[in-house]
Amino acid sequence: MRTERLLATTLGIVLLVIAPGVSGLAFGTGNPAPPPRDQWSATEVGVLASLRLSQLPPTPSDPSNAFEASPAAIDFGRRLFNDKRFSQNQAVSCASCHDAKKQFQDGLPVGKGVGTGARRTMPIVGSGHSPWLFWDGRKDSLWAQALGPLEDAVEHGGNRTRYAQLVQTHYPTAYEKTFGKMPALPGAPVDASPTGTPTEKAAWKAMDAGTQQNVNRVFANLGKAIASFEKTLAHGETRFDQYVEGMVRGDRGAQRFLSPQEVDGLRVFIGKGQCVTCHNGPLFTDQSFHNTGVPPRDAGKPDPGRAAAIAKVQSDEFNCLGAFSDAKAAQCQELRFLTTDDPSLVGAFKTPSLRDVALRPPFMHAGQFASMEEVIAHYVRAPAAAVGHTELAHGAPGHTERKPIRLSDQEIKALVAFLGSLSGPVLEVAARK
Amino acid sequence: MHRLFASIFSLVVALLTTACAAPADLDLALTHATLEKKFVVTLQPPATPAAINQIHSWRIQVASPTGVPVTHARIAVDGGMPQHGHGLPTRPQATQELFDGTYLLEGMKFSMTGWWEIKLAIQSAEGSDTVTFNTVVAAPVVAR
Repeated sequence: MRTERLLATTLGIVLLVIAPGVSGLAFGTGNPAPPPRDQWSATEVGVLASLRLSQLPPTPSDPSNAFEASPAAIDFGRRLFNDKRFSQNQAVSCASCHDAKKQFQDGLPVGKGVGTGARRTMPIVGSGHSPWLFWDGRKDSLWAQALGPLEDAVEHGGNRTRYAQLVQTHYPTAYEKTFGKMPALPGAPVDASPTGTPTEKAAWKAMDAGTQQNVNRVFANLGKAIASFEKTLAHGETRFDQYVEGMVRGDRGAQRFLSPQEVDGLRVFIGKGQCVTCHNGPLFTDQSFHNTGVPPRDAGKPDPGRAAAIAKVQSDEFNCLGAFSDAKAAQCQELRFLTTDDPSLVGAFKTPSLRDVALRPPFMHAGQFASMEEVIAHYVRAPAAAVGHTELAHGAPGHTERKPIRLSDQEIKALVAFLGSLSGPVLEVAARK
Repeated sequence: MHRLFASIFSLVVALLTTACAAPADLDLALTHATLEKKFVVTLQPPATPAAINQIHSWRIQVASPTGVPVTHARIAVDGGMPQHGHGLPTRPQATQELFDGTYLLEGMKFSMTGWWEIKLAIQSAEGSDTVTFNTVVAAPVVAR
């Protein structure tokens, strides 16, 4: 019985894969048309089809944030996202670095809040699909991620106790509409946090456990509201998606969506460039961590990336298993089955999505490269990593069985042109659940 | 019936395998004797292949060479993509023995299409041994 069902499914897949080729052939019958400009094999159509936006599943619900689908939470989150009062100098909001006019990033090599950060501001759109947040994945949910910059000394530079009181003062209605009764914070100091300055840490230690817990609760809920808003931001269709939809349907008219040079670049992308190895799926990312030997911004301070993030996410009081998570322990599968000791995590950073990539130079985790040409040149050069080992092949035997990436100048130009076809609108869509 | 299924399956694998092709002669058998022939191990993937990046479970059956289920075994899981030089994106664990000699393997995840190795190190009263399985994760092709 099961074999039959498997057989039926498999046959279905075979037909789906073959169908575009068949319909392509059908053009020739009766009405002789010129051969299509772009010839793709059934295998290639299969790869292209897996990259189109229509294949993106609905954003998975986050069991650790019970409020994310609530319109009240989304509205509250949007207001918090844009509120500069939630910073040490009253001048930095989430939107300062995640600018809606720039696909929710800032175009700078490293983030600039109340100080200067060490890594590139990440785009937010589509991040609800990531099991791990930040370049090193040191947070395991969008809401826990949102709390990081709020207390980071060079980003918002504030502290949770001050933020909880700001919510009490400025957002009592919005808060209670979403999360219920606002906890009392009797005798809380103005500034206190277990992660702040020595003075803030001392003030935190002096607080009673109940007040600490209440501050943490309000702080966690701030993150949940911000995450709820962020989760409504989605990618819109690009010229690439329109082209591939046409190729899958066998609609030759869709060839107009990409220039011949862009099509050449697309061939490199899914072929000898090996880009699709990690930049896979409709978001062009495997959501995983890789060391590709990108030189550190500061040669004296190589960044261990993912390897240094494991202990942070495991011990984070705001993780999926923590007291402020709405998930059952069994739902925290990513954390439960977290890879902790793989040597390939050293110097590894998250594969970024390539949607809108052409709109957001500079590139890599600390803005090391100003142009896409420089990025591609790096992958061709495949230098040794400053920390850990690069996954890229140098062509030396015995490294990995992977082939070195060898591209001509013309192929690099075509690849850059193709990446430009991945730019599209940012949409704000109601939470899907 | 089974042969038909097998040939269709290899056709699908051939059609869907992407740029970084797995070796053509890759042994994809789901039952293997362990390296020193102490056990015979069968891996049971989920009936419907999991989506890329979706955490899911497999089952592992461990038997003696004569087919007697091996109970109370401890199974360590490792693996990765030999063509890319990286390990598994998660650390899967054999979390419980469902019934005699059949173990639940939780936390499996594949982050990309292509050739993956699944390596098991089995420890039981009968001794210790290791076995490596190959699996090729195909690109999902979904109807519009």
